[in-house]
Amino acid sequence: MRRILSVLMENEPGALSRLVGVFSQRGYNVDTLCVAPVDDGSLSRLTITTHGDDKAIEQMTKQMNKLIDVLKVSDLTDGPHIERELMLVKVATKHETARAEVKRNVDIFRAQIVDVSTNNYSIQIAGTSDKLDAFLESVSQIGEVIEASRSGVCGIARGDKALRP
Amino acid sequence: MEMMSGAAMVVRALKDAGVKHVFGYPGGSVLDIYDALYVQDDVEHILVRHEQAAAHMADGYARSTGKTGTVLVTSGPGATNTLTGIATAYMDSIPMVVLSGQVPTMHIGEDAFQETDMIGCSRPIVKHSFLVKRAVDIPAAIAKAYHIANTGRPGPVVVDLPKDIVNPLEEHPYVFPENVQLRSYNPTLKGHSKQIKKAIDVIKGAKRPVMYVGGGAVACDASDAVTKFAEILGCPVTSTLMGLGAFSGVHEQSVGMLGMHGTFEANKTMHNADCIIALGARFDDRVTNNVAKFCPNATIVHVDIDPTSISKTIAAHVPVVGSIDVVLEQFFEKLEGFDSKAHKENLADWWQQINQWRAKKCLEYKLDNDQIKPQQVVQALYKHTQGDAFITSDVGQHQMFAALYYPFAKPRRWINSGGAGTMGFGFPAAMGVKIAHPDAVVACVTGDGSIQMNIQELATCLQYNIPVKIISINNRALGMVRQWQDMIYKGRHSHSYMDSLPDFVKLAEAYGHIGIQVDKPEELDDAMARCFAEKDRLVFMDIRVDQNEHVYPMQIKYGSMDDMRLSKTERT
Repeated sequence: MRRILSVLMENEPGALSRLVGVFSQRGYNVDTLCVAPVDDGSLSRLTITTHGDDKAIEQMTKQMNKLIDVLKVSDLTDGPHIERELMLVKVATKHETARAEVKRNVDIFRAQIVDVSTNNYSIQIAGTSDKLDAFLESVSQIGEVIEASRSGVCGIARGDKALRP
Repeated sequence: MEMMSGAAMVVRALKDAGVKHVFGYPGGSVLDIYDALYVQDDVEHILVRHEQAAAHMADGYARSTGKTGTVLVTSGPGATNTLTGIATAYMDSIPMVVLSGQVPTMHIGEDAFQETDMIGCSRPIVKHSFLVKRAVDIPAAIAKAYHIANTGRPGPVVVDLPKDIVNPLEEHPYVFPENVQLRSYNPTLKGHSKQIKKAIDVIKGAKRPVMYVGGGAVACDASDAVTKFAEILGCPVTSTLMGLGAFSGVHEQSVGMLGMHGTFEANKTMHNADCIIALGARFDDRVTNNVAKFCPNATIVHVDIDPTSISKTIAAHVPVVGSIDVVLEQFFEKLEGFDSKAHKENLADWWQQINQWRAKKCLEYKLDNDQIKPQQVVQALYKHTQGDAFITSDVGQHQMFAALYYPFAKPRRWINSGGAGTMGFGFPAAMGVKIAHPDAVVACVTGDGSIQMNIQELATCLQYNIPVKIISINNRALGMVRQWQDMIYKGRHSHSYMDSLPDFVKLAEAYGHIGIQVDKPEELDDAMARCFAEKDRLVFMDIRVDQNEHVYPMQIKYGSMDDMRLSKTERT
């Protein structure tokens, strides 16, 4: 089952490699990983999407918590949550029809064109990973997808629940 | 504020962390630290002959005292040579701090001379590590390292020290933190009250309970509490290889070690129990045998300080996260007014059953007129040390014989590499023990294979006069490998024989020690007496034993806990 794990840890050199190391050492999967400093910059927040059965996820959570640098681990998929992924995608628009059709798709998916050149559009889109997949699928029918860069999922719990130090 | 160089800070911080002994080996990156060691008397340094041995010495020192062992090595090969020692300590949760030199910060990443990424190399086998980048951070890093190593579930911590930050020419303010607070590290010591209640309810209702005691009980010095708890409940107690001595092996409630080479009665008791009270043990593969067939009728209460140990291999019905000593105190509170006598009477049938298993006398073996049996060596050792020595061991058949035939009455007396199974551990570990306990009798039970993996330390023993006793059970083979080859590979002894062994007596003498060779069973007793009469000398006992002896009982692969071979011909 797909899970979204949120991790709060010290923003220290080597901390990320320790965390990623837990996954490779113990044979767990990382599907996406999204990380950046938060709060005063002394902390990093990571969102990891992974999959595994309940037992594996429980061990994963415990093993991450065991790291000295890790403050908190929470499984967002345990409750209602919001997840978003950002994608930048470059699509070839060789002729006028393609330009119009890509633009129409951008509107439908509520994406944005952030750069334009003679031969392509660079598009920014945010949403769930499924939505990003659907957009890619749709525009690839119109023109060649030259490249895509995805941020990986980041997420947050709905309501009062929060991951704080 | 006191001003001093980074190198001086390292040594001063060690002193302030309570360190008395450091095991190490100098080299380019740590010369400044060695120079700072030279000008003081607070911290004693023991120069080893190989860095791996330094880690094992620090490990033995830590296991026998509960204090953190300290290692100091240079960068590159000096640091990587300690990795096996670090892994050994990590697997068995032993507090250790390894200070490794590193190339100057401005050269890190340039493949400089003797540069290795020690933080990266050691990452999967340390509890934590620090790469210190500023001299002013040295005292705090060292304080944190000792705090982390010896709190919660103990383990090794690496502190990597680039050469430029220990420059003796630059002085910086020295502040050693009185308290270490880490917002991301607060081990849970006290069990959750709800879980404590649940655990006690299960334990009270059990008709066939067993206590399964592991190294965690040794680590937090819970031996007295474990004994008290066992005596209140009146139930059988089995120990893991790491837990031996936490509950006395000569106590009437002890059924001995469990697991792959556990006793018949221990494995039978576990398999037939209706309640397993696991205290600081981790249900590892050398205990459980086939997890699918593991103790089918047991409700499992699992107390451990490390949540990852709980329900990792075997799901616990009642998990309790906490330190064994603290949780047992919580148990005692809940057991106030408990009718211990009536409870014990209820266990009468259970004990009757267990005594029938004991009557099997699974550790009996046949003596031989011409050849010494390895079991006999351990029993002689027990006799000549009154069962009260510190015994370290290497890894293999001799390790199992020592664990089975030398019942330990006290904790921290049995020192072996349980999790990692590191050959070459026993001798340096014994040296570490002897340095921590100069007046105690310390013997290393080893074999002709293992002893050669760190034999160079005979020189260190001469230099510092470390009179440990080496009891080498010499069967001219890698006994345990040979045993498996006999059992599984139709006796094809692929590379398990030790051809052209050195003359160990001459070797010991060459290093300035005493060597004794024993071939005949009738010579064993006198030779042992001679060995232990030489109180101030290292004695190397080269004892030639029967090459064909196997360790039994032995669990049968893919079976349940109580599927065992009891001899070459008999199985359960």
